Amino acid sequence: MSEAFSRRSFFRGGLSGRGVAAATAGGLGASYVLDMAKAEGRPTRPPGARPEEHFLATCTKCGQCVEACPFGTLKLATAGDEVPAGTPWFEPRDVPCEMCEDVPCARACPSGSLDTQINILDASMGLAVMTDQENCLAYKGLRCEACYRACPLLDEAITLDMKPQERTGRHAYFLPIVHSEACTGCGKCERACVMEKAAIQVLPRDLALGIGGDHYRFGWDEEAIISRDFVAPTSSPQVIDQQGVLDSMNDLSGIEEAP
Amino acid sequence: MTALRFQILRRITQLGVLALFWLGANMHLGVLTGNLSGSRIFGVVPMADPFAALQIATTGHLPGNTVLIGSAVTLGLWFLLGGRSFCSWVCPVNLVSDAAAATKRRFRLPIGFAVPRSTRNWVLALALVLSATSGVAAFELVSPIGFIQRELIFGVGLGLLAVPLLFLADLTLLKRGWCGSLCPLGAFWSLVGSRSPLGIRFDDESCNRCMDCVAVCPEAHVLNFNHLSTTGFIRSGDCTRCGRCIEVCSTEACSFGMRPPPAGATRNGDTHVHG
Amino acid sequence: MSNELTRRTFSKLAVAASVAGTMGFQVPKQAKAAAATSEAGWKWDKSVCRFCGVGCGVMVATQDDKIVAMKGDPESPVNRGLNCIKGYFNAKIQYGADRLTKPLLRKKNGKYAKDGKFEAVSWDEAFDVMAGKFKEYYNANGPDSVAIFGSGQYTIDEGYAAAKLMKAGFRSNNIDPNARHCMASAVAGFIQTFGIDEPAGCYDDIELTDAVVTWGANMAECHPILWSRVTDRKLTHKDMKVINLSTYTNRCSDLADLELIFTPQSDLAILNYIAREMVKRDAIDHDFVDKHCVFATGFTDIGYGLEADHPKEQGQTHRGKAGGHWTITFDEFKESLEPYNAKYTSELCGVPVEKLKELADLYCDRDKKIISFWTMGFNQHTRGTWVNEQMYMVHLLGGKMSKPGSSPFSLTGQPSACGTAREVGVFAHRLPADMVVANGKHRAKSEKLWKLPAKTLNPKVGTHAVKMMRQLRDGKVKFHWSMVTNPFQNFANANEWIKAARTGDNFIVVSDCYPTVSAKVADLVLPAAMIYEKWGSYGNAERRTQHWRQQVKAPGEATGDTWHLLEFAKRFTLAECWKEQPLPGVKVEGSPDGVLPDVLEEAKAMGYKPDQTLYDVLFAHADMKKYEWPDPIADGHGNDIAEHFGFFVQKAFWEEYRTFGIGNGHDLADFDTYHRVRGLRWPVVNGRETQWRFAEGSDPYVKPGEGFNFYGKALKTIPHGGPKGEKTNHAGKAKIFFRPYAAPAEEPDAEYDLWLCTGRVLEHWHSGSMTKRVEELNRAVPHAVIYMHPKDAKERGLNRNDLALLESRRGKVQARIETGGRNRVPRGLIFVPWFDENVLINKLTLDATCPISKETDYKKCAVKISKATA
Repeated sequence: MSEAFSRRSFFRGGLSGRGVAAATAGGLGASYVLDMAKAEGRPTRPPGARPEEHFLATCTKCGQCVEACPFGTLKLATAGDEVPAGTPWFEPRDVPCEMCEDVPCARACPSGSLDTQINILDASMGLAVMTDQENCLAYKGLRCEACYRACPLLDEAITLDMKPQERTGRHAYFLPIVHSEACTGCGKCERACVMEKAAIQVLPRDLALGIGGDHYRFGWDEEAIISRDFVAPTSSPQVIDQQGVLDSMNDLSGIEEAP
Repeated sequence: MTALRFQILRRITQLGVLALFWLGANMHLGVLTGNLSGSRIFGVVPMADPFAALQIATTGHLPGNTVLIGSAVTLGLWFLLGGRSFCSWVCPVNLVSDAAAATKRRFRLPIGFAVPRSTRNWVLALALVLSATSGVAAFELVSPIGFIQRELIFGVGLGLLAVPLLFLADLTLLKRGWCGSLCPLGAFWSLVGSRSPLGIRFDDESCNRCMDCVAVCPEAHVLNFNHLSTTGFIRSGDCTRCGRCIEVCSTEACSFGMRPPPAGATRNGDTHVHG
Repeated sequence: MSNELTRRTFSKLAVAASVAGTMGFQVPKQAKAAAATSEAGWKWDKSVCRFCGVGCGVMVATQDDKIVAMKGDPESPVNRGLNCIKGYFNAKIQYGADRLTKPLLRKKNGKYAKDGKFEAVSWDEAFDVMAGKFKEYYNANGPDSVAIFGSGQYTIDEGYAAAKLMKAGFRSNNIDPNARHCMASAVAGFIQTFGIDEPAGCYDDIELTDAVVTWGANMAECHPILWSRVTDRKLTHKDMKVINLSTYTNRCSDLADLELIFTPQSDLAILNYIAREMVKRDAIDHDFVDKHCVFATGFTDIGYGLEADHPKEQGQTHRGKAGGHWTITFDEFKESLEPYNAKYTSELCGVPVEKLKELADLYCDRDKKIISFWTMGFNQHTRGTWVNEQMYMVHLLGGKMSKPGSSPFSLTGQPSACGTAREVGVFAHRLPADMVVANGKHRAKSEKLWKLPAKTLNPKVGTHAVKMMRQLRDGKVKFHWSMVTNPFQNFANANEWIKAARTGDNFIVVSDCYPTVSAKVADLVLPAAMIYEKWGSYGNAERRTQHWRQQVKAPGEATGDTWHLLEFAKRFTLAECWKEQPLPGVKVEGSPDGVLPDVLEEAKAMGYKPDQTLYDVLFAHADMKKYEWPDPIADGHGNDIAEHFGFFVQKAFWEEYRTFGIGNGHDLADFDTYHRVRGLRWPVVNGRETQWRFAEGSDPYVKPGEGFNFYGKALKTIPHGGPKGEKTNHAGKAKIFFRPYAAPAEEPDAEYDLWLCTGRVLEHWHSGSMTKRVEELNRAVPHAVIYMHPKDAKERGLNRNDLALLESRRGKVQARIETGGRNRVPRGLIFVPWFDENVLINKLTLDATCPISKETDYKKCAVKISKATA
């Protein structure tokens, strides 16, 4: 072995007193790294981003997606952002995604963190959610709906639900409703919201969406899809605990008054 | 002038690479896009940081094809140029540690506590272990090199605090702490570049052992005259190919050149390359 | 990610939809208490919204001379406390960072210079230079060389002051409002059909109707609160029908049962098709038509309002007599409609026959009450007057007129297009209360009410807006003063006029509150007070007049437009203006042709002195000054104008102004009344407002037993059978016009291959000078985009978001392409809103007008598009 590389030289000094100090420092560093990796906000990622875990693991933080974005939407997280440093993200309230048809950001990705073949209409950067119906101007009855009209997929991703206003007796509500199957999470709606703090915000889809029980279908909706395939309880043989049943049958405590 | 010719060249390449990246990111000049972690030359030839790719691989995810090809390109390049050429010719942190070292020399400050060189190998190992356990390329998450170059190219943020931190640490506490002892990327390139065909040749006959080179060498241990007198070539991967030894040598005993054939072959080959 | 993480992130992102649930009660209570303390010093007062013609009531809260809050007025019958988001931000429009607070004059070496740079100057210097330039041109070239471009956003007293100063003082009729761009066709349609301006019905019709048909009216965005009422009616009445006719899909289609997207200009044919069907199916209200209507038609070769040398104008023999019309028989009317069968109409308009039929079915249904709403799609039309008249044709035939729930309703785009521009008569041909300068009796009446010597008023119709700009370019108009409007952004073919203003021998004055495109083009900018910085009044689209008090002071040296006019008037003596004036083309009895007579002698006989100023005689005479300031009606509110001039200017002007309308079908209540009510719809007779004009029981001008009386006096005596036929008076009757289809002035061709249609978006108003300065609105819609059909884009190698170069024969702009979004255009047409001064779309539009109304067609011209290179 040359002096440049031998097993011994590689780890030389590892067991010295200093090594212990170094190991301690290393341990601290390690826990910091683990914390950095996990305890972060959930940023809005560029279109075509793989699931966050996969994305974080593979992104090399090279910034080529950021450079490819023609609208200055994407940025690389810096230290202090609530996002793992160096990874690309955007804040819809500042600069939303303009949903370019040729998705130049995703096309530029060398690492596989972004799906270079993504069709922008299939992008899932997040999901717009009417986070605050109580303060939303449209829900107050004002004619706003700026989010609706800002939506590039207007009438697909956001529709208006119109309802009479009983208070005035002569006006209607125009209530924005988001549809998750069409919404790409571009954030144009959040950007457009005229409130001081937006009442509609883009959230990670998995936070925004509930999951229904897989044992039920909606009777009026033939095409309703629930996220998982139903697994019937009988599909695997069930072991019934006969003894348990008997024990339970024979236990009158709490039923029969103690003598 | 010529006494600093490699220093000047290195500053040109260090700043030039950053400038080309900056122009790519901010002025849409397409010579270099991306940054040191991953890039394209003229939008075509990919380059990538193979150490980052290695960390990604240890997370259990396959790096993207372009990253793999790019990593091969960079590995080839730095293997060819040898040692830790990346560190002294491209890495922006070198500017910081050189500045700290120069300040120390200028004001005759104490050398500082020397962290064992091998620590960086431990850090390297730790980075890989943490990548595997956390599922995230661990060093990339905290790398001061990453912070500094990214934020210089893409916009200033808190990450640039790494510059004064590293500078002050080197100035007051450590002897070439980050570059010399801690940086796992340096460790990585040291391993990659230890067998390179190009490097610093040493002509024992010309050498008068004035020790000027040892005084300026950022990795002085690579100038082991016992070895050099027999090998005629700095073999350690730790050598950064900075060329300071060549610049200061009054007898022209050091020069850039091809690695001589293995021991037993002619000592002074005729492939001398003047820098 | 772990559950722990998701929970943490969730709260971090503050996505508390749960504010309503878990913690919902405590927080509002605390907030309420805190608010009660901080709001204790607020003073609330009623006012109106600054923006569109709907006329929503608002309440303004002030503290320490600052507007601190605003709310929709819950007592306003129009909006009942609601607003659109423009209304929501009324409080912010006055507080843009770049308010103009000092007069700005172009100077070089300390002196005014056309090629100088703007410098702040004193009001004295501003008026010295302004009056000097005015006199230079006025004395050399006469009253035709000066012009004021006014506004449908003038308060009523501002419009009144401007009209009186120009017409009675300077004896020039060169005053025209920006309402020429938005309402002139509606006015011409009203005057020709009914003999009197403005809608017969009112907003209450919405709650009573069975169907709403929108024709070239994007009410969903441009009249948001009215659309909210239409929507409520539709939602709460199952049989209510909504039909949207437009040249592109707009948001009205969200509510519509039926959408008809037609080829530009073919609305003329569709309306004739409906009339033909009504005749064919005998869906005519014969009783109504026989008693109250006559049939009429007019010249057809009337041109396009383009300049005389334009190829399109050649052979158009009646371009000078475009308004000429005569009565015809019902049989002639019926015969004229004959070509407009379903097949022909469908081919022309591109709408399938079945849809046309469904539309006709509605209008043919005798039992259905119908409101037809329209705005700029009809009015901004080279046959705008015709298409307005055709709409009345359909409603009059069916007797769906002046009846609760049935109304052809012309909407307005500006807050006081009706109240000021039209009712005050801020037009080149008008006097207050529907009178016109060309009519000797009207002039005599006005001279009497204004206490002017006989023959002071100029009988020659002045330059309408478009002509004003053309004459500015031709060097005939040399002094141009625009107020409360942004002409160099809102005129079609803008390049031409901007160049004229910057390079001609002329003087451009702009009264403005922000550095608009027009202010930048001007030579002198007068800083103006904004709506809540002055007393004022507006009249909305349903004839509702609403007044408000000054709430706060204007910033810096900015003052109200009335102040600008009155101070300017102080710099002119009677001797300078009421002398003999050369005026080519004018004919005044007793004077040589081409001369306005000297009226100074008669003025002296009336007790005026030649060295009195126009201010003394027109604005500050004894009858005006008897309205003293302070006045209890102010209720503690300031009045900077009254304090400056020493009397209650706005009240004095109001009381004088309303004498024109009393007994004349335009009765208005006294000044103080309007400060006690939420507006009143004129005519207001004996304190009672009028919901449905021309209808017995509602309109005090209609006598018992008449049923209906279309009592408007204008254009009632017309020939029969042709222009030279025997003249008959048709007092009390409305005219059912036959108007044919006519091709547009410019159509797409091989090179300029797309229609360009312009318009508005909900978030911005007009040229954006106010709404673009509200950060929230600007953020919601920061730029004008090009709405384009995705296939049209693809064919030209363009993608959504691409920066495109848009060119017409007149100019070019760059903007980004939107192939989705709020407006879905058909193939072959693009839509670009005009609010964005960085996308000056009016550089491209064509200055063709309706030859009768002189209103520009902003909806149709030919353009081409390509990818922008930069």
